Amino acid sequence: MKVGIPCELSPGEMRVAATPKTTQRLIKQGFEVVIEKDAGKHSKYADQDYEKAGASVLATAKEIYESADIILKVQAPNGEEIEMMHKGQVSLSYLWPAQNEELMQKLANKGVNAIAMDAIPRISRAQKMDVLSSMANIAGYRAVIEGANHFGRFLNGQITAAGKVDPAKVLVIGAGVAGLAAIGAAKSLGAIVRAFDTRKEVAEQIESMGAQFLTVDIEEDGATASGYSKVMSQAFIDAEMALFTEQAKEVDIIITTAQIPGRNAPKLILDYHVEAMKSGSVIVDLAASSGGNCVFTKNDEIYTTENGVTILGKLDQLPTQASQLYGNNLCHLLDDMGKAENFNINMEDDVVSRAMVTYDGKINWPPKPLPVSPQQTKTEEDTKAVKAVPTPAQKAKKAALANTITLAVIGVLLFFLGKVAPADFMGHFTVFVLAVFVGWQVIWNVSHALHTPLMAVTNAISGIIIIGGLILTTNDLSNPMTILAIIAIFVASINIVGGFLVTHRMLKMFRK
Amino acid sequence: MITEQIQTAAYLFAGILFILSLGGLSSQEGAKRGVFYGIIGMAIAILSTVLGEEVEGHVYIIIAIAIASLIGIIVARKVEMTSMPQLVAILHSFVGLAAVLVGFGSYLDPHTLELTGAEHSIHLVEVYIGVFIGAITFTGSIIAWGKLDGKIRSKPLLYPGRHTVNIILVVITIVLAVLFTQAEGTDGMLYLYIMTAIASFIGVMLVMAIGGADMPVVVSMLNSYSGWAAAAAGFMLGNDLLIITGALVGSSGAILSIIMCEAMNRSFLSVIFGGFGDAPVSGGKEIEGEVTSITHEEVAELLKDARKVVIVPGYGMAVAKAQYPVNELLQKLKKQGTSVSFGIHPVAGRLPGHMNVLLAEANVPYDVVKEMEEVNVDLPDTDVAMIIGANDIVNPGAEDDESSPIYGMPVIQVWNAKKVIVMKRSMAVGYAGVQNPLFYKENTDMLYGDAKDSVDKINSAL
Repeated sequence: MKVGIPCELSPGEMRVAATPKTTQRLIKQGFEVVIEKDAGKHSKYADQDYEKAGASVLATAKEIYESADIILKVQAPNGEEIEMMHKGQVSLSYLWPAQNEELMQKLANKGVNAIAMDAIPRISRAQKMDVLSSMANIAGYRAVIEGANHFGRFLNGQITAAGKVDPAKVLVIGAGVAGLAAIGAAKSLGAIVRAFDTRKEVAEQIESMGAQFLTVDIEEDGATASGYSKVMSQAFIDAEMALFTEQAKEVDIIITTAQIPGRNAPKLILDYHVEAMKSGSVIVDLAASSGGNCVFTKNDEIYTTENGVTILGKLDQLPTQASQLYGNNLCHLLDDMGKAENFNINMEDDVVSRAMVTYDGKINWPPKPLPVSPQQTKTEEDTKAVKAVPTPAQKAKKAALANTITLAVIGVLLFFLGKVAPADFMGHFTVFVLAVFVGWQVIWNVSHALHTPLMAVTNAISGIIIIGGLILTTNDLSNPMTILAIIAIFVASINIVGGFLVTHRMLKMFRK
Repeated sequence: MITEQIQTAAYLFAGILFILSLGGLSSQEGAKRGVFYGIIGMAIAILSTVLGEEVEGHVYIIIAIAIASLIGIIVARKVEMTSMPQLVAILHSFVGLAAVLVGFGSYLDPHTLELTGAEHSIHLVEVYIGVFIGAITFTGSIIAWGKLDGKIRSKPLLYPGRHTVNIILVVITIVLAVLFTQAEGTDGMLYLYIMTAIASFIGVMLVMAIGGADMPVVVSMLNSYSGWAAAAAGFMLGNDLLIITGALVGSSGAILSIIMCEAMNRSFLSVIFGGFGDAPVSGGKEIEGEVTSITHEEVAELLKDARKVVIVPGYGMAVAKAQYPVNELLQKLKKQGTSVSFGIHPVAGRLPGHMNVLLAEANVPYDVVKEMEEVNVDLPDTDVAMIIGANDIVNPGAEDDESSPIYGMPVIQVWNAKKVIVMKRSMAVGYAGVQNPLFYKENTDMLYGDAKDSVDKINSAL
């Protein structure tokens, strides 16, 4: 099996689908690797390094497409590239199948088995091949770095001899992978970070990264079975907009990451929000390529508004790092598909069948939905469970009734016992019942850590049965009762001495 | 010789001391004092009895106590902390045996023959019940000891129709009780023998039917029985101190059993009649994902970078006797400024509080040893959670998989930590016989091998 890596043709694309390191992995998996000359140039990987890793460098893309069985790319192939492909060839790249019907038709016509890396379902098994996550992680980090670059102040607060510096306030909208990465990066640079998301379930994740979770007072959860958020109701959006207006006045950097698959990005930062912001503030729009979350965002441009707000619609891709992660994602997918030796396209497989958007000359899109969020079913069960459980008031009533009945029964039983039992017995019985109550109260206070010593000590104390033996002993050794009593004394004494001693030994070990 | 009134006063004092002794165990500081109270109470109780008017045969008593004390001292000194459950179990059996012997003795006691009417019947019922509980405690504890010591396989022994057999046995016991109380003089001896045999059989089957994971419940249950046996002996001898102490011990064991059952989210009855812990239970969801393993050096690297580490020990640590290297690990991590705490599940190990004792033995200070609830709060901002020889108590299936046999059992939520290291001998299932989805989680890595070796290797890599 031969894997080919051609140069990326689209002008802004700095990444490459394999690095020397991932080349090594591919070779370990049993593949032969051919790479076009200068393919890794923009990502700062030299041809020699690929050769050292075991790949053969070919001069033209044509040779790659001719010889390889599997093509690894970052961006979707253009018409020219598709021309060079051949039937049965497997291609791995971004495809954005929802927006690129024409492209898929072309691939299908050519008989190419194209895998859209962006269509890998977001289930836990496929996380290691999820390029959207790995790239979003980089984008989130980069958004903070570049935002800070265009922001004229420190991010962290300082008190210096030259004066006090207030920490910058960063608002992150959308707490997906990118949002969380941005929160982490901004937090570690020392900024005060706040984050907003329509999905309530991410509140915990946001707080775990050290940011404050902002929310609106409307009960609506944006979570869906696909793991992305849904479009919210008008009332919710109004409340959200009001929240943003308030925040826009305060914060210095806004990072927006809200995207809905297959649609234009929602407009979240409107003209009046931007107007409300202080001069020198920065908006980093990670959704620029799908239309932008801010109305003023221009894709691939950095733009400053009249009131001095810089809006970044373009981010450096961090190509060296990004290529490494992207390449790893590809390796994992190929590994999952059986490596070189058993390479096969298993259309029964949840991951492959969904990502393989053209197969055997046919378009295989859109796929069957596959719910990824286990929390969904759980919440339904939760509500069911809540319904089944009676209210505390009902419960208390029931318990009170049960208590009364139990007490009444106990009372009646005691009455009958008193009627038949001799006075002596009743005296002992009183002592017994009270002792049970005392024991019950005392033992609940024993700390968990001391349960073993408790057992040892109660065990030693239960050796009190020795008294029974003592009372029964007589001077007459031929009396069977005496023999029994002496044996009882004997075993009970082992118990007492052993029990106390071992408890003492244990407790001696506990130290602060 | 002391009068009966003084003896009663002495008994009362001993009773108070016993209550204070148990009360002292509510804290580590008070515990040592508690043991001291217990010893004083016991000494007062024995002395005041021996000095009482009705006791004879002092020479035999002193000889028996002296020899037994010697044995007790040797056993208590020699026993290893890891075999504490066995020791506790075998000591319970002694109490059971003593109760049986005292019961027989009391039946033969000439005083018994002097009683008449209702008093006589009630006394005989007391003897009967005392012997019954004592015999169950005796054989049950011996089986528990065998299981804990590995002499008897810990898998539950279940035979078809055992419930019917048990019911028949109980009916026979009741019939025998009626015959026994109506027998003249000591003619009822035969019935007492037969009943003792039946009770012994019930004791054996009771514990044989219980799986290894439920051992903490069984041991505390037997603890409770030994108390009730002593209380029953108190009734037959008309001795209040025996009654008080027996009741204290009985309710203590009962509470422990309840706590253990709650910790496993199982009802007491299901433990007793269950046969839970029978290996592979089919059930539980299919698990997705794959198991990744890690090397000792990598674990050491992780620990070097971690700021907060939680260690969750289980029975595996006890088996491998890894508590000493674990303490060494704790000291090393502390030295580099890492905050380390231990998360103890209530049913970790084979005895309530087993893990605490082992860690204390290895000089792990008790203020870093935390309970499940405390540590669950800490876990989300923990960098590394290390699980040493534990399985079911960290099974996320207990929380989110309704088909899992252990669904609903409170567990330590280690998966909330950033990284989870599971130290285990193999991928085998735990005592509950269920697969553990934790091992398949993205942030979990397995470190195979004997717990002690593994911790030693990590220590040397640090």
